[in-house]
Amino acid sequence: MIIATLCGMGFGTSMMLKLFIDDILKDEGIKAQVVSWDLGSHKGQDADIIVAPMDMERHLRSSESKIVLIHNLVDKAEIKQKVMEAIQSLSA
Amino acid sequence: MNEKNAAGGFELEAMLPAENVRANVSVNSWQQAGDAVGQLLVDSGKIEQRYVDQMKQNVEEIGPYIVVAPGVALFHARPEDGVLEPCLALITLVEPVEFGHPENDPVDIVIAFGAQNKESHIPALIKLAEQLGNQKVIDRVRNAKTDAALHEAFLCLSEDCFASDS
Repeated sequence: MIIATLCGMGFGTSMMLKLFIDDILKDEGIKAQVVSWDLGSHKGQDADIIVAPMDMERHLRSSESKIVLIHNLVDKAEIKQKVMEAIQSLSA
Repeated sequence: MNEKNAAGGFELEAMLPAENVRANVSVNSWQQAGDAVGQLLVDSGKIEQRYVDQMKQNVEEIGPYIVVAPGVALFHARPEDGVLEPCLALITLVEPVEFGHPENDPVDIVIAFGAQNKESHIPALIKLAEQLGNQKVIDRVRNAKTDAALHEAFLCLSEDCFASDS
C-alpha cells in the first residue's frame, strides 16, 4: 500500500504529515510506504491513499486515490482516526 | 551557527536562536505577518529577501493551507528560493490576522522556516509538530509577553512542559 501526503512544496506540511503517519503505522503494526508529494509533482503518480490539508481538496478532485482531508495538521488523534478509517475501508 | 545532531539533521533549538523570536508584533494583514517573520531570517543572514516574497507568493497561488492548526501559520518556500542556512523564526501577533482559511483563522502564531533539502530539517520538524500539537505549549506561547519568555515557552527551555499538572 502506498500512502502519499501532499502539500504545496513537499518540505513542510506534507513532511510533517508523513512523520505522523509513519509513527501511527508503526504503532498499529501496519506496513505501508509513506511518501510526501508536492502539488507540482503529484500528477501522474499513484497512491492508494492521499492525505492532504483540508483546503487542498480543490486540487484533488480528479484523483482516483482515496482522499483523506485533515483539518488540524498537528493533531495526531485526528490524523490517526482518518488515516486508519481509510486503510480499513481499502482492506475491507 | 547551526549545530547538526548525530544523525546529520538540524535540531529545532539550533534552527531557532533567541534572536529569531519576537513576541507581540503588530501587523494588519497576513502579508505583513509574513514580512515580519521573514525579516528576522533576512536580518540574521539565513535567507535572501526573495525567499520572503516567495513564501507569500505560495500562499497566493496554492492557498491558505499553511494555517496548519487553529491560529498557527507555517510559512516556507523551497530551498532554491534563497535559503542560506536551515533556519526558523517565530512571532506572536498583538491582533490576529485572517489568511482566508475555512477553519483555522484567525492566526496569532506565525512561523517561517527555511530548509536546504528534504531531509536535514526533519529532526526540527518532528519537534515543531510536537510543540504545536501540545496545547500547554501553545497556551504558554500565547501568554508570553517578552521575546525571551516566548523563546523559552516555545522550546520548553525552563521547565518540563510535558509534566502532568496533577
